[in-house]
Amino acid sequence: MEPTKEQLLWMYEQMLVIRDFEETMVNVYLEGKLPPEIQEGLAFDIGSGLVPGEMHLAAGQEPVAVGSCVHLTDDDTITGTHRPHHFAIAKGISLNSLAAEMFGKVTGLGRGKGGHMHLFSVDKKFGCSGIIGAGMPQACGAALAAKKQGKDWVTVTFFGEGAANQGSFHESLNLAAIWNLPVIFICEDNKYAISVTREESTAIANNADRAIGYGIPGVRVENNDAVEVYDVVGEAVARGRQGKGPSLIEVSTDRYLGHFQGDAEAYRPENEVSTLRENDPIDRLQQQLLDSGMTEEEDSQIKERTKASVQEAYAFARESAYPDTSEATQHVFV
Amino acid sequence: MADRELTMAAAISEAIAQEMENDDNVFVMGEDVAKYGGIFGATGGLLDKFGTDRVMDTPISETAFIGAATGAAAEGMRPIVELMFVDFFGVCMDQIYNHMAKNTYMSGGNVKLPVVLTTAIGGGYNDAAQHSQCLYGLFAHVPGLKIVVPSNAYDAKGLMIESIRDDNPVMYFFHKGIMGLPWMAYFTGSTNEVPEESYSIPFGQAKVVREGTDVTIVTLSQMVHKSTAAADALAEDGISAEIIDLRTLVPLDRETVLNSVRKTGRLCVADEDYLSFGLSGEIAALVAENLDSTNLNGSVKRLAVPDVPIPYSRPLEQTVIPQVAHIESTVREMMN
Repeated sequence: MEPTKEQLLWMYEQMLVIRDFEETMVNVYLEGKLPPEIQEGLAFDIGSGLVPGEMHLAAGQEPVAVGSCVHLTDDDTITGTHRPHHFAIAKGISLNSLAAEMFGKVTGLGRGKGGHMHLFSVDKKFGCSGIIGAGMPQACGAALAAKKQGKDWVTVTFFGEGAANQGSFHESLNLAAIWNLPVIFICEDNKYAISVTREESTAIANNADRAIGYGIPGVRVENNDAVEVYDVVGEAVARGRQGKGPSLIEVSTDRYLGHFQGDAEAYRPENEVSTLRENDPIDRLQQQLLDSGMTEEEDSQIKERTKASVQEAYAFARESAYPDTSEATQHVFV
Repeated sequence: MADRELTMAAAISEAIAQEMENDDNVFVMGEDVAKYGGIFGATGGLLDKFGTDRVMDTPISETAFIGAATGAAAEGMRPIVELMFVDFFGVCMDQIYNHMAKNTYMSGGNVKLPVVLTTAIGGGYNDAAQHSQCLYGLFAHVPGLKIVVPSNAYDAKGLMIESIRDDNPVMYFFHKGIMGLPWMAYFTGSTNEVPEESYSIPFGQAKVVREGTDVTIVTLSQMVHKSTAAADALAEDGISAEIIDLRTLVPLDRETVLNSVRKTGRLCVADEDYLSFGLSGEIAALVAENLDSTNLNGSVKRLAVPDVPIPYSRPLEQTVIPQVAHIESTVREMMN
């Protein structure tokens, strides 16, 4: 399956937005978290600053998000992970409400209650969780609902290669297979479950091979490449819409930053990330577009547009108000 | 012994190391416990000392490796197994509460399960609803698990050694905000003098960390330090608060609580777990069951998370998790 030029441009622009959103956060996150503003003796304080708490960024993992979401509409559902921004952006969630949630502001997706690991959008049919492997069972439910309602909607559930060793992965694959549910299981293999490598944690080299155990198709994408993801996910989405059931896809991808911001990454070989960055998926898609007719001027316009949208989102988040403390006890129930 | 201060994280890992040196059956497993030394430092340095056979990184498969700890314990090993955040118990609770907690009883006492299940608890750094809970009350509710919740490095070491030597399953809860991590603000009172030699602290012995005459504050973990700060402020106005650090919930030192309330006539429970159906209710019930001998001067007060998930946004989180000012103002109300 080949993307149109329009789809290629969409993926390129979305990847730029995601990268800029994440790399902007790297610096914003550090504001107020370093000496001398923090408790004496500390090198860093995770709970201080404008954006406190853990922060898991997805720079480097853009291809899996855009190559998948390009096939989806607002009727299709996504369940994401604790590292969810790239999925959320590619699914069309507004940058302003996403950024505001990270700042804990009342204008955020969850009125500041959820935080960056817990993003929910009813309009965009998006949810995610800080618990590893938690999205897959709920994805089966969303797909079951679509099937019961006679819709051709699909559900895409993203998870990491670490989650493929959770019970929920195996239980959900089996459930989706026996009920022939339109779920596309997409494993982001970024090689690390915090410090534990894939080789240390997983008995086989290719998680897509696990599809055999459930009688469904399994395909691995090797190159962290948006166009290759497009192709493979496109086939799986088509299968889902045609009532042919679930698929399992693993995408080899790269986590450029720490597991969380502040992670010293002592477990990671020196120069690993710089080597990866030399073969960056955004640069590759840019080159492909330039080779097929995108002008330098068009490229500049795209970059200006994406940069402006990210800057606006962060400004919006900074300027927004915190929720009133009376909201703390609201929304436990509807 | 020269004075030597350790962070709580260092005290825990030292305790584990000393028991590993003494007993080849002791081993450690969990997510990121080896190369990383535990995300919160509880197993720091153990890999270098003992190697990968005895300090084992696991896949993200809590049901499998926590269940494996129970299985290995039944065969005579003494595993220490880490659940990275207590909030993650949901993926493996069956192995904990239906098996680790019950196999001894169901076997008529024949199966011994000397497991220590360590886990990180607590909020205060805006990690939101799935990474900030305490939940020790939930586990204390289940028969068959001993529940240890230290507040400082000295206690943490002695209680860890006691935990490893105990022939029963022990859940050991360390609050992230007292571990003395270089990347998270903490209450410095939790870093204190820790003897190098091995020692143990018996379970079921609460500690009177501050003597007082007007009000008893029953508390534990990080909240001990918040209570101490509140008591300092109250003392300036002549209010004398006695602070009880429970240290273990199972077994619970009921006598120390009751004796203190008999002396002060007032009880405030300061807890970071959820309010309803939990620790603060248990302590209140204990006093209610002993009203004849306690002569309360007023209603029991409970400070805890008001039955809402932990919100992310800082002002909301600080509203729902009891702070020093909440403890102080509550005690002042009790004195009026």
